Amino acid sequence: MSGLKRGSIAVVGAAESDLGQVAPHTSPLDLMAQATRRALDDCGLKLSDIDGIFCAVGQVRLSPLALAEYLRLKPKYFDGTIIGGSSFMAHVSHAQAAIEMGLCEVALITYGSTQRSVSRAAASRPEYNYYETPYKPFLPASAYALAASRHMHEFGTTREQLAEVAVAARKWALMNPVAWEKEPLTIEQVLKARMVSHPLTVRDCCLVTDGGGAIILTSAARAKTLKKKPVYVLGVGEAIGHATISNMPNLTLTAAAESGPKAYNMAGIKPGDVNMLSLYDAFTITPILFLEDLGFCPKGEGGRFVSGGAIAPGGKLAVNTSGGGLSYNHPGMYGLLVLIEAIRQVRGECGQRQVKGCDIALAHGNGGVLSSQCTVLFGGPSTV
Amino acid sequence: MPSLKEQSPLGVFIEHCKKGELAYQVCTDDNTPVFFPRAIAPKTGSANLEWRVSKGLGTVHATTVVFTKDKPPHNVVLIDVDEGFRLMSRVEDIDPSQVKIGMRVKVRIDPGDDKQPPYPVFVPAGGAK
Repeated sequence: MSGLKRGSIAVVGAAESDLGQVAPHTSPLDLMAQATRRALDDCGLKLSDIDGIFCAVGQVRLSPLALAEYLRLKPKYFDGTIIGGSSFMAHVSHAQAAIEMGLCEVALITYGSTQRSVSRAAASRPEYNYYETPYKPFLPASAYALAASRHMHEFGTTREQLAEVAVAARKWALMNPVAWEKEPLTIEQVLKARMVSHPLTVRDCCLVTDGGGAIILTSAARAKTLKKKPVYVLGVGEAIGHATISNMPNLTLTAAAESGPKAYNMAGIKPGDVNMLSLYDAFTITPILFLEDLGFCPKGEGGRFVSGGAIAPGGKLAVNTSGGGLSYNHPGMYGLLVLIEAIRQVRGECGQRQVKGCDIALAHGNGGVLSSQCTVLFGGPSTV
Repeated sequence: MPSLKEQSPLGVFIEHCKKGELAYQVCTDDNTPVFFPRAIAPKTGSANLEWRVSKGLGTVHATTVVFTKDKPPHNVVLIDVDEGFRLMSRVEDIDPSQVKIGMRVKVRIDPGDDKQPPYPVFVPAGGAK
């Protein structure tokens, strides 16, 4: 990663597709196209300006081909890296490399899913694995539950502390007009909700919604000529650990402990410089692990760190201001929406939930079963 | 290195299961246990993999209880086997919620059926670590 230059590219356009539940027969490509149109409007570029495409779609195996066909683009550069929900953070890093090398100038990163409409089972068919499938883990939830069981055993983390993450997400979601969840949530409700895979109840688990998004990136020089203030890519870090939970070397230490420092080093900043965090919250245990592994609290302290509304509105650290995958939207591989919220916070576009003086935001993606970890640091014009 | 036209790593593992054995590999270059079974050793990249049979004793490393509609809950665990490798499994002959981290367990082979080859499960061995 050391070859990439801090601030060499910027996000110029960012948009969600329609979210939640879309009309019958809508395809993931329809959502990607809609989000792309909105992201183009956001920055004032034309479709024909896009010469690099990056996508990863669970329901579309050869998604760069399908996207190029749908949009009738002949991209100079394309990348279909698919490592789960963090794919899009990896795409930011790869787009930066491609733009710096002059392989493309305007990069589109996009995603879409109709997993709510077609059912999760149809949208992501489980792969048979002799070493896991016979034991009937409910994946991915059971993998995260196993990690949570270790965190509770080693560090005394409690179910109430896990529930704090869900409650904080819900409080933020109530300030986001496009969030799926509209009602308040209490710790007790999380604890008493239907158990899915102990210690995780259905309220500890992310939503199953339709949705997608698109972001457009270009060189810092060109970004300055476009409609919105650029959101610079200050640092990126990618790391992969394992594929299956039975092969995760340490269930309470994720590869975010590698991706984070890579991104901080490239950006030349410390965790304390970050104003807002957008952390992939597939399950309530994940933000706890990432707060530790990204340096916001010591290992094992994540549960205590989030207690008492610390990551909720008005708390000591703004985390997942969109409402997160737990309460805003979670269309399968949710990482692109994780990026969009961080971008909007740096732009100051978040209305009621806007973090004051948000110059630096961290977007962290998780893929698989705590398997791939990718971190992106965004900064406003004052940071470059 | 055995020919993959003649035998596969999983194929050998299943043959051991049919004999009631939990097998694993050791990379003889660095004496590290290897699980799941592979064609070459991870990290070293060595083809010098030797099959061994575990004594079948291990400790529960992590545990969850899965709740499925219209079916009784079942446990899913990660077991640290004494010879130094970890695998996913379940602990039988015990209420799923009573499976605890640190519990000592002993292997048993589930015979499987027409579609599912035999595979290792565990039962409580008494005691904790």
